[in-house]
Amino acid sequence: MSIIEASGLSRTFKSRKRTVHAVRGVDLTVEDGEIVGFLGPNGAGKTTTLRMLTTLLRPTSGTAVVAGADLLRDPLGVRKRIGYVPQAIGQTQGGTNDMCLVIEELLDQAEAYRISRAEGTRRAAALVEQLDLGGLDRRLVKTLSGGQRRRLEIALGLVHQPPLVFLDEPTTGLDPQSRSNMWQHIRALRADLGTTVFLTTHYLDEADALCDRVFIIDHGVIVAVGTPDELKRQVSGDVVTLRVNGATEAAGSLLAAEPVVRDVSVADEELRLTVDHGEEALPALLRVLDGAGITMSAISLSRPTLDDVFLTLTGRSLRDDSPGGTGHGDGPAAAELAGAGSSAGSRE
Amino acid sequence: MSFIHDTLFIFRRQVRLILRNPAFLTIGLLQPVLYLVLFGPLLTKLPAGTLTGGSGTGGRAEAYQFFVPGLLIQLALFGSTFVGFAIISDWRAGVIERYRVTPVSRVAILAGRVLRDVLALIIQSVVLILAGLAFGLRAPLPAVLLGFVFIVLVAIGLASVSYAVALLLKSEDAFAPLINSVVVPLVLLSGIMLPLTLGPGWLQGIARISPFRYVIDAMREWYAGRYFDTIVVEGLAVSVGLAAVFLWLGSRVFVRENA
Repeated sequence: MSIIEASGLSRTFKSRKRTVHAVRGVDLTVEDGEIVGFLGPNGAGKTTTLRMLTTLLRPTSGTAVVAGADLLRDPLGVRKRIGYVPQAIGQTQGGTNDMCLVIEELLDQAEAYRISRAEGTRRAAALVEQLDLGGLDRRLVKTLSGGQRRRLEIALGLVHQPPLVFLDEPTTGLDPQSRSNMWQHIRALRADLGTTVFLTTHYLDEADALCDRVFIIDHGVIVAVGTPDELKRQVSGDVVTLRVNGATEAAGSLLAAEPVVRDVSVADEELRLTVDHGEEALPALLRVLDGAGITMSAISLSRPTLDDVFLTLTGRSLRDDSPGGTGHGDGPAAAELAGAGSSAGSRE
Repeated sequence: MSFIHDTLFIFRRQVRLILRNPAFLTIGLLQPVLYLVLFGPLLTKLPAGTLTGGSGTGGRAEAYQFFVPGLLIQLALFGSTFVGFAIISDWRAGVIERYRVTPVSRVAILAGRVLRDVLALIIQSVVLILAGLAFGLRAPLPAVLLGFVFIVLVAIGLASVSYAVALLLKSEDAFAPLINSVVVPLVLLSGIMLPLTLGPGWLQGIARISPFRYVIDAMREWYAGRYFDTIVVEGLAVSVGLAAVFLWLGSRVFVRENA
């Protein structure tokens, strides 16, 4: 069963005399129980798409069914069934008030979903346990560390036990230890509760480590979809680098004849082979060289990263794309779009 | 009934937050109490009838019967127009967005806050009236109680519009100068410190555009024991209209699909 089915979602912002097509015709399907990632540089349309799917922004065109409710006709139905954790960096923060106690935020969130006091208290206690917030429930939110606060924000998105939760940049701004800890919590969501997780990220390693499937979005268009492995394979195959004793040229032409080898190049006495399914190809290549009596001094297999995928698809590297610095959220571009959004919203 | 449930839910949350930092309540009171203490006595030496146009008896009785209703509306004006600041920080914290994704009524997100502000203003007004009594205010009890109708209506209207404008601007730097440039002329044109009838014709003409002038005049009628006349009807019409229009406008901003 598909928990999200969106077709042709578009969003245009009008600011002054400029029209910005933030998202143009996004089609996507997410299956129940998946962890999917929306990967793209700052300003690519990740957050705008997420805001449309969570009823915060009305699509300019397109339709979607989210968690069984029609996005346009029954936004309240969508709100009842989804959890949403806003991004905690950039223009707005993750949704907690400095001056509330941790337990108050949890109980208030339960009440917002009309959960009884007794049940709310029970769920708050379970979430405090589940997200390692034990002993913090009587603390003011402003006294929490970055990682603790982020875990509280995620807990708030889970109070009503939604079948689908949207996490906008769940780990941006966290230190490496808190990040990998957060990954475990996100995996546990699916493993323990069967929750479908839809997250956005501009961290390649995060998408790679966490997601069953990745949507790569650039300039408001989905440019590729697949499992991280599929996407990498789609790009260029794996690269085998090897160094032989003497006879480099001969080894090269010998290997080029192998069907699994797509491309061979020689540089600095090293052979660089592009192959399909590197792990399975490796033994065959070794046998060929062995049969020809050529001995090797070194061999390595490297697989493409999602960054290579991104580079191939868009001609740009994801890493050097943020105009306002490296890896600190949807910076200037997104801020500009959000500002344009509010002026577009007030026209009516 | 879910709207009422949601409004009370937001109200309780906001009350809890203000109780955590009750200093705000006293800061808002400081200015009107200072006016009462440091400016009010200047009015007590005026010839009888200067402030109330003939019917007054002069001295402290006339001075404070005139001045306290004005100060109460001034308190409501400043107190309610500045509430928008709090929603900018709540928006920046992502709290507004968080509630917009829950089933909580979006109008209740506004109404619960306005309700809290009305309650805070009632408490502040009671303190101000008690201080006024200590200085020499003498007014019939029913008039003082009825006066809260005006205080509450002004607060509902101004707080609603303040939240709406603040949420549209999303910036304290833009909001503060806007508030000052609107509120200060309105206060000056409402005849809070001295009756507008003392002024030249052109000033009296301009003052007709300040809605609060009608409200204050009507409240003064009540404090003077005149419960039903044209001035009272005008004041009621203006304050009910103001509250209704601004509450409606504020709700529109909060239920927008894009924010």
